[in-house]
Amino acid sequence: MPSFQATVVVSLRSSVLDPAGEATKSAAHRLGIKGIKKLRIGKAIDLEIEAANELEARRRLELLSDRLLANPVIEDWSLNLNHMVSPEPAEMS
Amino acid sequence: MSIGVVIFPGSNCDRDVRWATEGCLGLPTKFLWHETTDLKGLDAVVLPGGFSYGDYLRCGAIARFAPVLQALLGFVDKGGKVLGICNGFQVLTELGLLPGALIRNRDLNFICKSVTLKVSSSRTKWLRNYNVNDQISLPIAHGEGRFHCSNDTLHKLEDTDSIALRYSSNPNGSTSDIAGITNVNGNVLGLMPHPERACDPQLGSIDGRTILKALMDT
Repeated sequence: MPSFQATVVVSLRSSVLDPAGEATKSAAHRLGIKGIKKLRIGKAIDLEIEAANELEARRRLELLSDRLLANPVIEDWSLNLNHMVSPEPAEMS
Repeated sequence: MSIGVVIFPGSNCDRDVRWATEGCLGLPTKFLWHETTDLKGLDAVVLPGGFSYGDYLRCGAIARFAPVLQALLGFVDKGGKVLGICNGFQVLTELGLLPGALIRNRDLNFICKSVTLKVSSSRTKWLRNYNVNDQISLPIAHGEGRFHCSNDTLHKLEDTDSIALRYSSNPNGSTSDIAGITNVNGNVLGLMPHPERACDPQLGSIDGRTILKALMDT
């Protein structure tokens, strides 16, 4: 069964105030980092999933993101999905 | 008939609620482990404050899948009363029994103090002994109590007279100063303040008694 590596990024909707992001942006200015216009904090969830094909893996992960990983009332999410490359078998010496 | 108080892993106000309902008000109360699905013989279920399942992912997000809450959906459909306090309110929004969501306080701090609340609706049994705009005092204790909802949802809450309590002075940035809401039927109330901590005169307020008495009020 093919394996896939996925990252789901969950972020607060732009209409929702992100006080932690604002506080971090303020700290960035104090650090002397100039030019930061926007800083929003979200979370990234790394997953590995086995599925018959990429379409099926995507279907399951979209369901997961919609129903559990993000709360659509306050959050948006995006999914990045890649085939996992099997490690090369070690050469016999 | 009695009141059931749910215990999730990480609940920490379950015994406070029982002490208030049973000890202060004389209402028969029992604990419900989160894995039970048996709600027979109960008038009301309380989801207490705390940090259910560590509040991992989001407050209330994991608790939503507890067997007791799947049984609670049928209980609510049949008109059973449900009171969600603090983390219990967060769980009710994640479960979809109440609209909106509760997120990090505007100023990032954990707020633990008594606040003045205004009764916004006396439509439901929970607050029918009050008049609209009556003031009560209850303690709050939360880091993630900022009620958030879309404008559409806010209008629906207003149109259905489902905003139960508002903060007199908004402590956390909640939309429209909302501290507690009910469902349209009025049998489900979720609120961030802790009525169970205001049932004994020695604790400075007994304003929480009315809401808890409503659990057994037919």
